[in-house]
Amino acid sequence: MAKITLSKLRHSYLPNPTSPADYALKEVDLDWSDGGAYALLGPSGCGKSTLLNIISGLLTPSEGQILFDDQDVTALPPDRRNIAQVFQFPVIYDTMTVYDNLAFPLRNRGMNEAMVSARVAEIATMLEVTDLLSAKAAGLSPDNKQKISMGRGLVRDDVNVVMFDEPLTVIDPHLKWKLRSKLKELHQKVQATMIYVTHDQTEALTFADQVVVMQDGEVVQIGTPEELFERPAHTFVGHFIGSPGMNVLSAEMRDGGAFLGEHNVALEGAVTAKEGTPQIGIRPEFVQIGDVGLPATVRKVSDIGRHSVVEAMIGDTSVKAITDGAVPEQGAAVHLQFQQDQTRLYRDGWLATTGAAS
Amino acid sequence: MKTQNHKAWFFVLPVLLLVAFNALIPMMTVVNYSVQETFGNNVFFWEGLRWFEELLNSDRFHAALGRQFLFTGLILLIEVPLGVIIALSMPRKGPWVPVCLVLMALPMLIPWNVVGAMWNIFTLPDIGLLGYLMNTTLGIDYDMTQSPFAAWATIITMDVWHWTSLVVLLSYAGLVSIPDAYYQAAKIDGASPFKVFRYIQLPKMKQVLTIAILLRFMDSFNIYTEVFVLTGGGPGNSTTLLSIDLVKIALGQFDLGPAAAMSLIYFAITLLVSWLFYTLMTKDDAK
Repeated sequence: MAKITLSKLRHSYLPNPTSPADYALKEVDLDWSDGGAYALLGPSGCGKSTLLNIISGLLTPSEGQILFDDQDVTALPPDRRNIAQVFQFPVIYDTMTVYDNLAFPLRNRGMNEAMVSARVAEIATMLEVTDLLSAKAAGLSPDNKQKISMGRGLVRDDVNVVMFDEPLTVIDPHLKWKLRSKLKELHQKVQATMIYVTHDQTEALTFADQVVVMQDGEVVQIGTPEELFERPAHTFVGHFIGSPGMNVLSAEMRDGGAFLGEHNVALEGAVTAKEGTPQIGIRPEFVQIGDVGLPATVRKVSDIGRHSVVEAMIGDTSVKAITDGAVPEQGAAVHLQFQQDQTRLYRDGWLATTGAAS
Repeated sequence: MKTQNHKAWFFVLPVLLLVAFNALIPMMTVVNYSVQETFGNNVFFWEGLRWFEELLNSDRFHAALGRQFLFTGLILLIEVPLGVIIALSMPRKGPWVPVCLVLMALPMLIPWNVVGAMWNIFTLPDIGLLGYLMNTTLGIDYDMTQSPFAAWATIITMDVWHWTSLVVLLSYAGLVSIPDAYYQAAKIDGASPFKVFRYIQLPKMKQVLTIAILLRFMDSFNIYTEVFVLTGGGPGNSTTLLSIDLVKIALGQFDLGPAAAMSLIYFAITLLVSWLFYTLMTKDDAK
């Protein structure tokens, strides 16, 4: 187990990168403490897999350093870094039994058979695959295969970090949540530092203590799931996390206040940035439909189970609201009220108001 | 619910006719010949199983069959490992891939009789590049028209040159289908290059290798043109493989009955070995 430090890390797949756009991964500085559960969240192509491969050593970064427990490992190959990785598609050794699969990383490191069998038995119990140990790995179902490839990562007790690269992609939906909670449980048991890469917000938010949200090769926010939900530092985070995502509304700044069309919108606190395109961000959960507030026309109502999502137009701007109560009819004139302590201003995408609490 | 509809037979009919005319009917003609004696002019005498009995007890057939198995065994022993090694050392990405593939495919594109003629000229002791080099420059006595060993060395080398590419291309196809994650996982698991080969590459190549071995077995067991053009079965009978012997009996001696019987036995052996091999190789997959 180890603390992981990424220092001034940058990577480009081009030989001579010049502009920032040439970098698949823009400068990253991160500190991950020993034994934590972390997630890298972002859409496809945001650089999260690049970052993961740099940590595992499959890729050497163009610039910067990776430190495990303050030791520079940037130049070390994957097998010398003592890491484990679980891939998107389960990697298992087809011709071996489940037992041999789990024992493989240990035997390769010259561990004696008695210790190997003790370790394998322990991990098999944890993963609930003890009854499969003598079966050929080739015949397993996808979720069991993925369990075995996780097992191969966890079986070594000296791993610095276990990494998961979208491990649930090929798993049936009804088994996904099962494996997901298994993983959370495993993390609590083995106390290893774990990094989970995904584009699925549910996976990231349920697994991790801390989530790193990435976009276009850049880390946009690092925080607990609550922080990401409650105070998105960037409109991208607001939009990407939550279902539906945060309303991001083009606004105008005049007379020291923010305006949506001709209506003044009260913000949570003082505006910190003077420059940049202003946008108002508010989550649909904090928009109330009532008799007071901004006048709007209901355009669409969708029932999403326990709640309804009401899409209303304030002028040309569409605003989504989540409501449990009575749902207005399509075309009805309503008033929308923004909860003030959840109404924020963003400039050029970045959060530009101070919170009431902080 | 069962629907009665015999229209489907019309769709099968063309294939049925095709198979009948190019396989079943010629085959039945051979069966017909194998149980009779003929001196031409469409005059036939019933002989029953006499040709089969004679053939199975003939030293000449045993010798040819032995040579055939020796030839096929040797080329498989060389071509399969060599093909796998070449496939493993070929680049899997980049501009050299098409170059390698074309170079590999080239020998297979050359017609069989041309291959025989090429190697014949190549090995002539007085003017052939290889023959001259061996005899005059290196001082090694090498003349395949005189020495059975030289003749065997030449037909084996020729076949290896001509057909190793098939094993290479099929193995290569198996190799490139392995996702990168397998290699990355093996790296992380600390697997040695040998273990990567043994537990990742070989299992993934198994199916294509089975096909490659099967094809090479059938082709080499039935080889005729190249060896006939190169050595004509000589010196003496030293390179008279089954097919060459068969043609000698059928066309040289015009013993159509014995030749037909031999064809059938030849065919049965090829079929039996192929079936045995394929069943053994795919036994595990069926489970």
